[in-house]
Amino acid sequence: MSFDRIREKLSILADAAKYDVSCASSGVKRANKEKSLGNTTAMGICHSYTEDGRCVSLLKILLTNHCIFDCAYCVTRKSNDIKRAAFKIQEVVDLTVSFYRRNYIEGLFLSSGIFKSSDYTMERLIAVAKKLRLEENFNGYIHLKSIPGTSDELMREAGLYADRLSVNIEIPTVSGLKLLAPDKKHEDFIKPMNKVKNEIIQYKAERKLLKNTPKYAPAGQSTQMIIGATGESDRDIMYSATYYYKKFNMRRVYYSGYIPISKDDRLPSIHTEVPILRENRLYQTDWLLRFYGFSIQELLNDDHKNLDLDIDPKLSWALRSPETFPVDINKADKNLLARVPGIGMQSVYKIIQARKFRKLNWSHLKAIGISLNRAKYFITCDSKDSYHKDISPTRLKNVILRNSYSKHQKHFSNQLSLFS
Amino acid sequence: MAPHTILQYDGSFDGFLSCVFMVYEQKIQLPLIQKQSEENNQLFTISEIVHTDKTKAKRVWDGLRKKVPKPQKRAIFKAFLSEIKGVENTLLSYIQNIFDTSQNIGLDYSNKDILKISQVAKMVQREKHRMEAFVRFKKTKDDYYVATVEPDFNVLPLLIRHFKDRYADQKWIIYDIKRGYGICYNLINIEFITVDFFSKLRTTIEKDVYSAQEMDFQKLWKSYYDSVNIKSRKNSKLHIQHLPKRYWKYLIEKNEY
Repeated sequence: MSFDRIREKLSILADAAKYDVSCASSGVKRANKEKSLGNTTAMGICHSYTEDGRCVSLLKILLTNHCIFDCAYCVTRKSNDIKRAAFKIQEVVDLTVSFYRRNYIEGLFLSSGIFKSSDYTMERLIAVAKKLRLEENFNGYIHLKSIPGTSDELMREAGLYADRLSVNIEIPTVSGLKLLAPDKKHEDFIKPMNKVKNEIIQYKAERKLLKNTPKYAPAGQSTQMIIGATGESDRDIMYSATYYYKKFNMRRVYYSGYIPISKDDRLPSIHTEVPILRENRLYQTDWLLRFYGFSIQELLNDDHKNLDLDIDPKLSWALRSPETFPVDINKADKNLLARVPGIGMQSVYKIIQARKFRKLNWSHLKAIGISLNRAKYFITCDSKDSYHKDISPTRLKNVILRNSYSKHQKHFSNQLSLFS
Repeated sequence: MAPHTILQYDGSFDGFLSCVFMVYEQKIQLPLIQKQSEENNQLFTISEIVHTDKTKAKRVWDGLRKKVPKPQKRAIFKAFLSEIKGVENTLLSYIQNIFDTSQNIGLDYSNKDILKISQVAKMVQREKHRMEAFVRFKKTKDDYYVATVEPDFNVLPLLIRHFKDRYADQKWIIYDIKRGYGICYNLINIEFITVDFFSKLRTTIEKDVYSAQEMDFQKLWKSYYDSVNIKSRKNSKLHIQHLPKRYWKYLIEKNEY
């Protein structure tokens, strides 16, 4: 292959794919069979990190950035004046294998602009995955994008070669989608999602009866939403996310702060800063829902439509729920411990283990590694010293903020000055 | 004041376990385990050289297997590989703790030795995981994929399984420049090797032994890495936290040609 041409294509098509945040390579365990190439480990590996601190785990590229659609939020939209390129199927296969053998990557994440039709595009994505699996005996990770509007037959085939399939819903509300992506219909996104969900359920059921039934998309499906492009509230976003988790058994929902890429007046101005802190708070909320036993109504509701930026969502909830505290470290059950600000799930397990041996006091808790600067106001332990006092939530919040340093400090001052 | 008994061993894991065996066999009251290479400058001590005995080492190791679950036993090996000065004695106390309690009811994280070992084992585990990520193979003319590394801890023994499982159909070498040895897979089994070619001054293979397309793929990887960066999200602190500078030397994407 002509090296310079490949290099140019790679630059263009990697640049266009980078706005997809998912880089997960975890969640599937596939062993190396009969001295073939590669495997996947349940943990996943980040082989490098970009200067913005994101993980580089997969070769994440578009097959082409030619596109027949004109979605305002997307760099590859038809009306955008950019360089276009397209990979041949074999080129993507060769790149993936050569990078993989050098331990640069865990596998491939292949997406694409839509050229000709949805099915035509999807067929090519599948061809790459099929070649990798059948001709190269490749057992690494493959993530394919489900192209909105793809037929059920193709979606069925895709899952047989890919570990994960994803459709990016991009805009959290139906009205927002109408405004920014007039060519796309909400149903086009839902259709492949639904198909994948049903196939996963069906294949799982068949595997129970017949051990050698092939696995269908073993790493499940994921989706992504752009944050801050259409003025939606955090509540809108998280209710939508919860809907996708429940309705389509999503493995992950990703939140991507809107990066201004267009002067379109339907969108925030080109000088808008990327809402990185807001994105972070949404991820924290997502974690609280998935791993900490919180329900969405507790964290976001009609009285509390947006997350606080200056404190994390768990602390924010705790300040609104004084009746739950103080929690006795030596008695409380797992679920209650997990609700204490400053205690993560790792610490919860350590506390439960350690207290089998003795009652825990402040120095034990410190050694275990919980964030006492927040936690101490919400707990009691085997000590006469108690920091839990009946002071108002607002005062408590100020005390905690004064005594802690946040890496996001610079954002608070910016954001406060907007309103002053 | 009763004097300490210093047990000196050859630095191997079996050597360390032989010391543990001796502590039990001879009921040594105040043992202090050290590598022979470590300097002993304490005044009132008795010194003894412990010869590595594989049978004794195995007895200790098997004894542990009966008492604790696998991950906990593996934590002992990991903590040992940290090579942290004095870790042998924390490990001894940890092991004594296991043998002395009649029934293992899990880990008491409020015991300082247990907490310490689990923390050190975690540090070593993290380094192992980093090496799984940061190894960069370069393909040679004779079809070997060769990588050089300088891990903080002696993690090569922990890497064998991962790389053997993954790259089962290609020959590869991972060489620890700092410790002067490597692991080599020849499509059949793994061997520990020492090569005169590498030294602290010559830390990587020369370009003239690269396979035909090796340089091209390094360049492609570098341009890929540069194009996935999003400038408006630049966050150097986070970048360095994930990718500490001491690893950059061996990362193709962090070097110029």
